[in-house]
Amino acid sequence: MTNPPTPQSGSPDKEPASEAQAAQNALGNTERAEVATEPDRSVAKPGPEPEPKPSLGRLFLDNLWAANTFTVTLLSLVLAIVVGAVLMIISDPEVLSTYSYITSRPSDAINSSWTLVSEAYANLFKGSVFDPEAFSGWLDGANGWQAVLAPISETLTYAAPLVFTGLSVALAFRGGLFNIGAQGQATIGVIMAALAGFLLPLPPGLHLLVAVLAGALGGAIWGFIPGILKARAGAHEVINTIMLNYVATYFLTWLIVQNGVQDPNRTDAISKAVDTSAQLPRLLGDNLRVHAGILLAVLATWAVAWLLNRSTLGFELRAVGANPDAARTAGISVTRTYILIMVFAGILAGLGGSNMVLGSTASALTPLVVAQIGFDGILVALLGRVKPWGVLLAALLFGALQAGGNRMQSYSGISLELVTVLQALIVIFIAAPALVKAIFQLRAARAARLQTSLAKGW
Amino acid sequence: MSTMAVPDIAVAPVDEGFWTRSRKVGLTLLALGLLSAVLFGALATDQQARFTLSDDAAGAALEINGTIGAILFGIITIAAGAALLAGVPKRWFLPVLGVGLVAFVLSFLCWQVSAAPAGQNFMPLVNIIRGTFILALPLIFGALAGVLCERSGVVNVAIEGQLLMGAFSGALFGSISGSVWVGLVAAAIGGAFISLLLAVFAIRYLVDQVVMGIVLNLLAVGVTGFLYERLMQTDAAKYNSAPRFSNWEIPLLKDIPVLGPALFRGNIFLYLGLLLVLVIHIGLFRTRWGLRTRSVGEHPIAADTLGVKVLRVRYRNVLLAGVVAGIGGASYTLALYSFTKNMIGGKGFIALAALIFGRWNPTGALLAALFFGFADQLATYLGAINSVIPSQFLAMLPYLATILAVAGLVGRVRAPAADGKPYIKG
Repeated sequence: MTNPPTPQSGSPDKEPASEAQAAQNALGNTERAEVATEPDRSVAKPGPEPEPKPSLGRLFLDNLWAANTFTVTLLSLVLAIVVGAVLMIISDPEVLSTYSYITSRPSDAINSSWTLVSEAYANLFKGSVFDPEAFSGWLDGANGWQAVLAPISETLTYAAPLVFTGLSVALAFRGGLFNIGAQGQATIGVIMAALAGFLLPLPPGLHLLVAVLAGALGGAIWGFIPGILKARAGAHEVINTIMLNYVATYFLTWLIVQNGVQDPNRTDAISKAVDTSAQLPRLLGDNLRVHAGILLAVLATWAVAWLLNRSTLGFELRAVGANPDAARTAGISVTRTYILIMVFAGILAGLGGSNMVLGSTASALTPLVVAQIGFDGILVALLGRVKPWGVLLAALLFGALQAGGNRMQSYSGISLELVTVLQALIVIFIAAPALVKAIFQLRAARAARLQTSLAKGW
Repeated sequence: MSTMAVPDIAVAPVDEGFWTRSRKVGLTLLALGLLSAVLFGALATDQQARFTLSDDAAGAALEINGTIGAILFGIITIAAGAALLAGVPKRWFLPVLGVGLVAFVLSFLCWQVSAAPAGQNFMPLVNIIRGTFILALPLIFGALAGVLCERSGVVNVAIEGQLLMGAFSGALFGSISGSVWVGLVAAAIGGAFISLLLAVFAIRYLVDQVVMGIVLNLLAVGVTGFLYERLMQTDAAKYNSAPRFSNWEIPLLKDIPVLGPALFRGNIFLYLGLLLVLVIHIGLFRTRWGLRTRSVGEHPIAADTLGVKVLRVRYRNVLLAGVVAGIGGASYTLALYSFTKNMIGGKGFIALAALIFGRWNPTGALLAALFFGFADQLATYLGAINSVIPSQFLAMLPYLATILAVAGLVGRVRAPAADGKPYIKG
């Protein structure tokens, strides 16, 4: 953490516990306590009262409580946060013990639960977006401006690789392929980027470019295999990409301990460090971890959006995704498109991999250097509704959860695993809009069509 | 548009000509045989390669000179390949292929065992067989869970999560109650819980089943990891010290040489797993339940027309799958280890591979699981004798084999026709 440790995080009531709750507040719901501690009541809570208003405002409110993409996403977040709060409470023996006498003194149970949950979520927010103490510290001169920007810097650092893997999965989805192999493609990408980073003696600038491209090439190779197997042999890409993920992981663990790769001064599984000439430059000085990877990520988002919506290949890709038979009849080579989709998806995932070793997250290969970015990428793509700019936003949210989760772990003692739970829950609710609609009694949206099914079996 | 020379549609050619699948496999086998006879033969030493019929170096053993063995078994592989290339009756294809592959493995082992450091030129067969079954056990349970699910038309990528949840709740409730049986039931319920989520979201809310499976795996990792850190790490004595099933010796059978000590002195999970393979195989192909399950997985509309409750069959099978996988998870925490974070570590996906490699068939899944378990055990053994073969490459074997299988190189694998397609009545 680049934050100066603050003594006992201050009163949690002063700021909203999380983004979603902040949004809830903005909507006029003031009883935050209920949202966090009592899922049943918050679930049954009616929406903003539909008072007779001028048409524009009326329309706004109507849409607010209709099952459109925005509302469903927001409510999924709320639901996930509520379930997360329940998990926190039932796993804390002290708080749980207050529930044994809840009938005689309900205030104990409610207060202790509220304290636990609100502090945890407040730390999640402070670690990812804005920490008021750092801000007042900066005004008082107690700490520099870096401390104020530290949470955002962390969020962006975690988000950058997720943008790439999310785009990788989303691009394949649009072409009708389910790329579960972003993890493996990122793994090969990270290997190639790191090897180029410490084996090639190149001048600064060029070295970085070569290393990044090497990562992309690695991902492309690993995407090409399931692509050509799908196109030529009809082998299902879901099976092959799952299997290739593990092949890549084992290859990485083998490679790290080979002569010339392993750090000669170490006996454990860690490679040599990437040369500084091949590292992505940091954007806000050495104290903040945010690096140029996030800029590349925005660039990649723009490129994928252009590819999908403006290029011939993008049109072919979407046509194949919508209906391969019709596309073939129209003269589009489905074989070629499948291979290209997987190669492009691999390139994107490989770039995500290069981010993990050329950025500030790590500078050497270890067995866990890729973390979970490939699997998280699947969630990010689904959350972003498989649209490029949506993926970018989703990756930012997931990056924020990661960054905030770190602070939550060190300040509130809530395991980082809670973030995994939250992420999975959000996507479960997103994937089943009918469920969210039923829970909150949403009206059917007028225009928005919420997709529930993306891929087709084996 | 593009004008590529390749045909756009990927279908198996109807007229295969001279190069039938059998001949292609024969050619591959021939090449493998040549490789083993020449390369393994050259690398093997003149040491005796001993395959002892016990846990250690002592006792009776099958012995063969390393070089001679490697070459001899290589020649057998060549012969099998040549036979396939020359053309054998169809019913002989699998036996001949089996002989060829086993001979190839034996040739490899002759080289490895003879080239081991002095004093270690032996391979304890009892140890190897027992280890194979122990390592294959979660795969067997997981693959059976996959069979139950997918035969009724629901893709089960959540095997990993079901195993993990089973292992966790088995450990948690086994520790709290102090009873292995409570733990076992809790494990089954834990697995079924993940299954229930899969069933509700896949069948009721029509969420894509592969997506749901992947997300459920992450959810299981998250929930168990979170509760592990909150409960088990803070108070391991209370929450993570489940009692363990002891080994049960089966009278008479335990005295069979090699197989007796390896297989019939195991714990309940070993017997249960093998029994389940039998039960599910018979159930699937010989009972009314099996017929209905298969019909729902192949052609739900036809099944519905005939009065089979498609959704009910699917719900029931997916839940059963969770129970089976949950028990499989308990085979870790109620017999071998205490719970650790993410302790299944990808076994669920190998189980998925075994399911596919075994062609969605319980017996096939068992054989595939044993093959993968053997590869795993072999990696451990080779590590112990300082082999030049990196263990990671042996660990890749199941995955590579599965890729070859689905790519049609080892024969066509076909999923149930309605696998992964939600059924909407109407």
